[in-house]
Amino acid sequence: MHSAQETQVASPARRRFLGMLLGGGLFASALSFIYPVLRYLVPPSLTDMGGDTVVAGKVGELRPNSGKIFRFGSRPGLLMLGTDGQYRALSATCTHLSCTVQYRGDLRQVWCACHNGMYDLAGRNLSGPPPRPLEQYDVHVRGDEIIVSRRREA
Amino acid sequence: MRLNRSLGAVLVLAAAVTLTQGQQPNSCVDCHSALEGELHVTPEQFAQDIHAQKGLTCASCHGGDPSKTDESAMSKAAGFKGRIERAAVPKLCGSCHSDPGFMRQYNPSLRTDQLSQYQTSVHGKRLAAGDTKVAVCTDCHGVHDLRPASDTRSKVHPLNIATTCSRCHGDTQYMAAYKIPTNQFASYKTSVHHEAMVERGDLSAPTCTTCHGNHGATPPGVGSVANVCSTCHVFQAQLFDASPHKAAFASAGLPGCVTCHSNHGISKPGDAMLGTSAQSVCTNCHTQGDAGYKVAGDLQQQVSGLEASITRSDRILNRAESSGMEVSQARLEQDQARDALTKARVSVHTFAAAPVRADVDSGLKITAKTFGEGQGALRERDYRRTGLGMSLVAIVFVVAALKLYIREIEKNGKSGS
Amino acid sequence: MAPLARVRNWLDERFGWEELLAPLRHKTVPIHRYSYWYFLGGITLFLFGVQVCTGILLLLYYRPSANEAFESVQYLITQVQFGWLVRSVHSWAANLMIFTAFLHMFSVVFLRAYRKPRELTWVSGMLLLFLAMGFGFSGYLLPWNTLAFFATKVGTDIAGQVPFVGHRLMIFLRGGEEVTGATLSRFFGFHVAVLPGLTTLLVGVHLLLIQRFGISVPSRIEPEWRALPPEKREMRFFPNFLLRELMAWYIALGVLGALAAFSPWGLGTKADPFAPAPAGIKPEWYFLFMFQTLKLIPAKLGMLDGEVVGILTFSLAGLIWLLVPFLDGTKRTQRLVTGAAMFVVAYMGTMTAYGYAAK
Repeated sequence: MHSAQETQVASPARRRFLGMLLGGGLFASALSFIYPVLRYLVPPSLTDMGGDTVVAGKVGELRPNSGKIFRFGSRPGLLMLGTDGQYRALSATCTHLSCTVQYRGDLRQVWCACHNGMYDLAGRNLSGPPPRPLEQYDVHVRGDEIIVSRRREA
Repeated sequence: MRLNRSLGAVLVLAAAVTLTQGQQPNSCVDCHSALEGELHVTPEQFAQDIHAQKGLTCASCHGGDPSKTDESAMSKAAGFKGRIERAAVPKLCGSCHSDPGFMRQYNPSLRTDQLSQYQTSVHGKRLAAGDTKVAVCTDCHGVHDLRPASDTRSKVHPLNIATTCSRCHGDTQYMAAYKIPTNQFASYKTSVHHEAMVERGDLSAPTCTTCHGNHGATPPGVGSVANVCSTCHVFQAQLFDASPHKAAFASAGLPGCVTCHSNHGISKPGDAMLGTSAQSVCTNCHTQGDAGYKVAGDLQQQVSGLEASITRSDRILNRAESSGMEVSQARLEQDQARDALTKARVSVHTFAAAPVRADVDSGLKITAKTFGEGQGALRERDYRRTGLGMSLVAIVFVVAALKLYIREIEKNGKSGS
Repeated sequence: MAPLARVRNWLDERFGWEELLAPLRHKTVPIHRYSYWYFLGGITLFLFGVQVCTGILLLLYYRPSANEAFESVQYLITQVQFGWLVRSVHSWAANLMIFTAFLHMFSVVFLRAYRKPRELTWVSGMLLLFLAMGFGFSGYLLPWNTLAFFATKVGTDIAGQVPFVGHRLMIFLRGGEEVTGATLSRFFGFHVAVLPGLTTLLVGVHLLLIQRFGISVPSRIEPEWRALPPEKREMRFFPNFLLRELMAWYIALGVLGALAAFSPWGLGTKADPFAPAPAGIKPEWYFLFMFQTLKLIPAKLGMLDGEVVGILTFSLAGLIWLLVPFLDGTKRTQRLVTGAAMFVVAYMGTMTAYGYAAK
């Protein structure tokens, strides 16, 4: 049971205390929202977004007549340095049963170890089970980076 | 009856003659399109025939004179041969098809050795010995609506070959005298090769003629059937040849490949074919205690171990993904682990533990990594949930503080002082 | 003077806003048993604010081209710090905002807050609801995943069925005959420039009108409300109502955070225009009731094409709904409107549930 006195007089000290508590809470929660935003604004170290273009390697990384697998979006790609000094890049997913292909320096061809499928350096399927060629990619050398990009679609 | 038939023929002939004024006279089809049964050949049917399209006519094979509309069309004088005897069919077809000089004007790249191949085949040899039940050219290729093999409607298109062969070879009554099995087509229909062709549309998948030859059709012998398989399954054959099984099978008179995988009903091989269980093929020869038995068990354990490890990683990545974590990098690496499993399943054909272990170990290294990545994803998820929990605490605090503050300032009423 | 008061004073001397803001101090909010519904407008506005902020953040990393859109979102949610949070909050708040907008709209209908002189507030609000659904439709395509691609294809196909102008409308929306990268560019432009501009204008109009005419009291309880003493029937907007709004906004933030952490918005697979449409493509839930209705209409109704009849019916219904304040005069029409509104809620609810359950 409260007296008329209590309902009439709101304690100013209590109000100030609650006000500070509320202000502090609001400030702290605002900080907890600002913190992720500030972290978000800082670009990550890996600036490449995948998709169309990717840095497949560095000049000098590949010996002539060899190849390496690199990640292109969500699938593997094959970067090759031929004996003619030319870089070439193909999709590394075999069109037969999706094994990952590799470059065979001894044959100067692309080979799938799973069922002996053979492709030439332009990705054309030459022999064995693969029914379709490998997709070709464009390769450009920029500085010491080897950039592989998908061929433009309509 | 005969009067009716002749009358009918004459009427049709009259109609056809009036209707076809101006076209090349072809009294053969004019009559034969009205006849029944074996004698029934229509112009529409013959128009589909590759020979007709190249300009050949009935007279090219059967002789006779298509410009005459009476009985003289089928006279001996006109060179009429009538119905070609089965035994004479290969020679007739070969009279053009084995002549390179003649065939050159139609398609220089067409082979011209079909007749000589046929003569080496079981069908050819039996025909020469007087058996007319065996297949001749027209049985497989058709006769009056003959299409090139590349045409999907052709009886010798890769998709249709097995059905064509089984018309005789699957007919138990027809084949009763020959004492060879008639279940080949039924078995083949259950095989992976059939599935590859019919369901996956892979026309390079083997059908009857791929292993048996087409014109020179002969079953490969016990010693040579493995050579047939090895034309596609190169690695497995090479490894087998270097393995102890090659000599062992040869001395036991067992064919390579077929002994474990069967010839017509080749089903998808499973890891259960290894090992020492009831479904294993190894226990057909090996018994407990011999060296091979131990290796069999080891191989099975290795390969199924890798498969289980891949599944384990897949499962944790699925869990992470369904909680909203992005795991595409790990999925890519899982593909490499699956490549290793494929390779391991090839290297079992060495029937030795070491090469298989090498492949399996490379796969296990990858699955260990992807499993770790899955665990990392789940840890990240938990970290996010903890962060959320903390921010929820802060939010609840603020909401409570608001409530108290509101109550405090409204002690004197909501409309203000 | 306290430091805060000193700063306020300094600013006021240079902006002169105390005089302008003075009337706001007297702004009141009616108190009665339906007062809780008044929060919905503010919550919708707050969620719109969340969308603007998270949207601007997403703009820093998103790339609106068919070749890069999907990968840029993938990059954002995996590589960028708290990118997963920003993106999930944006996707969830979009749905929540449309939901609260619908609730707000229906509460206005059932409380008949659109009565004279507030008819134009209603019209501006309905237009805002259409804009919100436009935001949803255009934004859904931006990640360029399979579901979004085909949902857009189906949705723009339906737009193409409108009589006379349908084909031109479809070409305008798609940037061509088919859904391509051109469509993505266009939808991106709509989503980040055109729609925000229009929305800002309309929100300004909407708020100004509310400011001008105050908050309406439902006619049914108005007499008993008027009988209350002033301190019992109204509360001040600043700070009392606003502090309560703030509570609602914080709770909404908590809900958004929980959704982002426990049920993050998925990414799916990258759209492949040459692949066949996956089975069971359906639009987002706020279009589902219309989509399901169109699916149920038979192909031909007499001489007319069924889909066209469906589209015209919905358009007509939308137009009538837009003009409801001008049609609601007598007691009879009021009961009609309430009945119709109940039917609409039931219909939308049932059709949405049906749409989800159906294959």
